[in-house]
Amino acid sequence: MSDREAYWKANISLVGGCLVVWFIVSFGFGIMLVEPLNNISLGGYKLGFWFAQQGSIYTFVFLIFFYAWRMNKLDKKFNVHED
Amino acid sequence: MDLQTLTYTVVGFTFAVYIGIAFWARASTTGEFYVAGKGVHPVANGMATAADWMSAASFISMAGLIAFNGYGASVFLMGWTGGYVLLAMLLAPYLRKFGKFTVPEFIGERYYSRTARIVAVICLILASITYVIGQMKGIGVAFSRFLETDYDTGLYAGMGIVFIYSVMGGMKGITYTQIAQYVILIFAYTVPAIFISMNLTGVPLPQLGLGADMVDGSMSMLDKLDMVVTDLGFKEYSTQVMGSKLNMFVYTLTLMIGTAGLPHVIMRFFTVPKVKDARSTAGWALVFIAILYTTAPAVGAMARLNLMETIQVGEVGVVEGNLSYEERPQWFKNWETTGLLKYEDKNGDGRIQYYNDKNEEFAAKADSFGWKGNEMVKVDRDIMVLANPEIAKLPNWVIALVVAGGLAAALSTAAGLLLAIASSISHDLLKGVFMPGISEKNELMAGRFAMAGAIAMAGYFGLHPPDFAAGTVAIAFGLAAASIFPALMMGIFNKKMNRAGAIWGMISGISVTMLYVFQHKGIMFIPGTDFLGDMGANWFFGISPNAFGAVGAAVNFTVAIIVSKMTAPPPEHIQHLVEDIRVPIGSGSATGH
Repeated sequence: MSDREAYWKANISLVGGCLVVWFIVSFGFGIMLVEPLNNISLGGYKLGFWFAQQGSIYTFVFLIFFYAWRMNKLDKKFNVHED
Repeated sequence: MDLQTLTYTVVGFTFAVYIGIAFWARASTTGEFYVAGKGVHPVANGMATAADWMSAASFISMAGLIAFNGYGASVFLMGWTGGYVLLAMLLAPYLRKFGKFTVPEFIGERYYSRTARIVAVICLILASITYVIGQMKGIGVAFSRFLETDYDTGLYAGMGIVFIYSVMGGMKGITYTQIAQYVILIFAYTVPAIFISMNLTGVPLPQLGLGADMVDGSMSMLDKLDMVVTDLGFKEYSTQVMGSKLNMFVYTLTLMIGTAGLPHVIMRFFTVPKVKDARSTAGWALVFIAILYTTAPAVGAMARLNLMETIQVGEVGVVEGNLSYEERPQWFKNWETTGLLKYEDKNGDGRIQYYNDKNEEFAAKADSFGWKGNEMVKVDRDIMVLANPEIAKLPNWVIALVVAGGLAAALSTAAGLLLAIASSISHDLLKGVFMPGISEKNELMAGRFAMAGAIAMAGYFGLHPPDFAAGTVAIAFGLAAASIFPALMMGIFNKKMNRAGAIWGMISGISVTMLYVFQHKGIMFIPGTDFLGDMGANWFFGISPNAFGAVGAAVNFTVAIIVSKMTAPPPEHIQHLVEDIRVPIGSGSATGH
C-alpha cells in the first residue's frame, strides 16, 4: 500500500470515528433516546432535552477541533502538509 | 431619549459603520469581488462565516420557533450546527485544495462537463433565492417594527437597503463588514438574554439559567414553564415533538446536509490561505455560532414564560386572572400596528384569553369559564425575539440594540447569498459557458445586475412568504441538501463517480424535493396552487415539506450510483485530480481559471 493510500485510509477512519460520535449525541441522545434520558436530570434540565438543545452543540465544536488537530498530525506523519 | 429616536440612532450608527467598511474595502477586481484575498486569519474568517451564516432565521425567527415548539425546535439547533461537522470533515479542506472560486466551477471540472456546471448553477440559484425569501420575511418584520409601519412597507424599505448594501461590496467588503456585524449581532442577542435570565433565575449565563431554579426558589425554570403552558391546554414544553420522531430525525438531517451544501458558506472556505486553515476555520465558525445557538433555547423558553405570564396574570379561570385589553402594555400596541399580533374579543369581556382551543379537553373547561375561544388570533412567531426585551421590561437601549442586531443578521446573510447568486450567473454561466471572452469589468457589472434581479424576485415572494422566516430558510436547505451536497461529496470520496451519475443525481434529487414542497406549499409558493394541501395527513410518512431534503439527497445518491455503474467511468486525468485534492500538499491560491 502506498503512502498516499495509507494516508487516505487513516483520514477515512478518523472521519468515520468522529461521525459516529456526531450521530450518537444528536440523533441518538437528542432524538431517538430522548425519553429514557429525560428520566435523568442534569440540574434543572432533563438530560435528553439538554443533549438536544445544548450538549450536542458543545460536542460538535469539540469534534471539529479534535479532527483538525489529528489531521494536522497525520499530514505531518505522511509528509503531505503544506510548507 | 424616547425609544423611537434611540432606535434610529443605534440603527443609523451601525449602518454607517457597515457602509463605511464596505466603501473602504470595496472590490475592484473580480478576484476581490468573489474571494476576499488570502490574508484572512481563520479566527476572523470564522467570525465572518458565523455572521454570514446566522441570518434573520437564526436571529429573529429561531427563538420564536423554540418558544412555541419547545423540544421540537431542537431540529433547528442541532441541524444548523451539526452541519459544520460534515462541512469540516467531508468538504471544506478538499474544496480549498481544489482552489477555485465557486461551487459550480468545482462540479464542472470534477465532472468534466459544462452541463454539470449549468445544472449546479440552477440548483444553487433555486436554493439561494429561496433562502433570500426567508431573509426578506425577517427583514420585513424588523423594518416594520423599526419604522412602525405595516409588514409590506417594512419589506420594501428592507429591499432598498439590501440593494444599496450588497451591490456595492463584493466579498472583500463583505468579509470585513461581516466581522463588525457579528460583533453587533452577538452583543444584541446575548445582552437581553443575560438580563432576562438574571430576572427570572438570578443566573447571568442563559445557558445555565435555563436549567436553574426560579428566583423564588419554588421550582426549576423549565418545570415552571411546563406547568404554565399545560395549565392553558398547550403541550408540555420540554417534551412536545415537531410532527413525529421520524420527522424530527429527517428534518435535523436535512438541515445538517443542507448546511454543508449551501454555496455562500462553502465559498468562504475558498478564501482561507491553507488547507489546514479550512479545517480550523470551520471550528472557529462553529464556536461563534454556538454562542448564539446555545443562548437561543434560553431566549425562547424565557420569552414564552414572560409572554404567558403577561397575559395570564393570575389564576386560570378567575376573571381577574386575565389581562384587561385596556391595560395591555405598550409592546402589545406596537406589534398590533405591524399586523403581526392580533387580538379579537370573542367573548366580549374586554379581557384577553390566550389558550389552546384546539385541545378539546381544555376547550371544554375553558367554556365553563365563559371563554369563547383563543383571543390571541395571531401571534407571529417571528416577532418574539424583537418583542422579548420589551415584554421583559428591559431598558430602551437594549430594545434598540436588538433591532440593530436583527438587521445586521439579515443583511449579512442576504449579502453573502446575493454574492453567491451573482457569482454563479456572471462567473459560471456567462464567463464559464456562454461568453468566455467577457471582460472583468462587464463580468462585475453582470454580477451586480444579477444581484438586483435576485433582490426584486425575493422581495416579491417575501410579500407572501411560504412559512415563517426559519421555515422558508429550511426549504432552501432542503434544496441544497438534495442537489449540491451529494455531488460535492461523491466528487471527493468516490473516484469512480462520473458525469452522467452526477448530473442525473442532482436533477432527480432537486426535482423530488421541489415537487414535494410545491405540492404541499403551492407552485412557486403561490397560495392556492398547493394541490395536496399543507397538512400532515398527506405527508409522505409524516415528513413535513420543510424536512424533505434528506429524502431528496438519498434519491440523489442512489440515482447517481446506479447511473455511474451503467455508464463509462471518468477519464484517467479526473481520477488523478481526485487523488490530488485528497492531500493538502501543493495547494496554490484560489484562481479563476
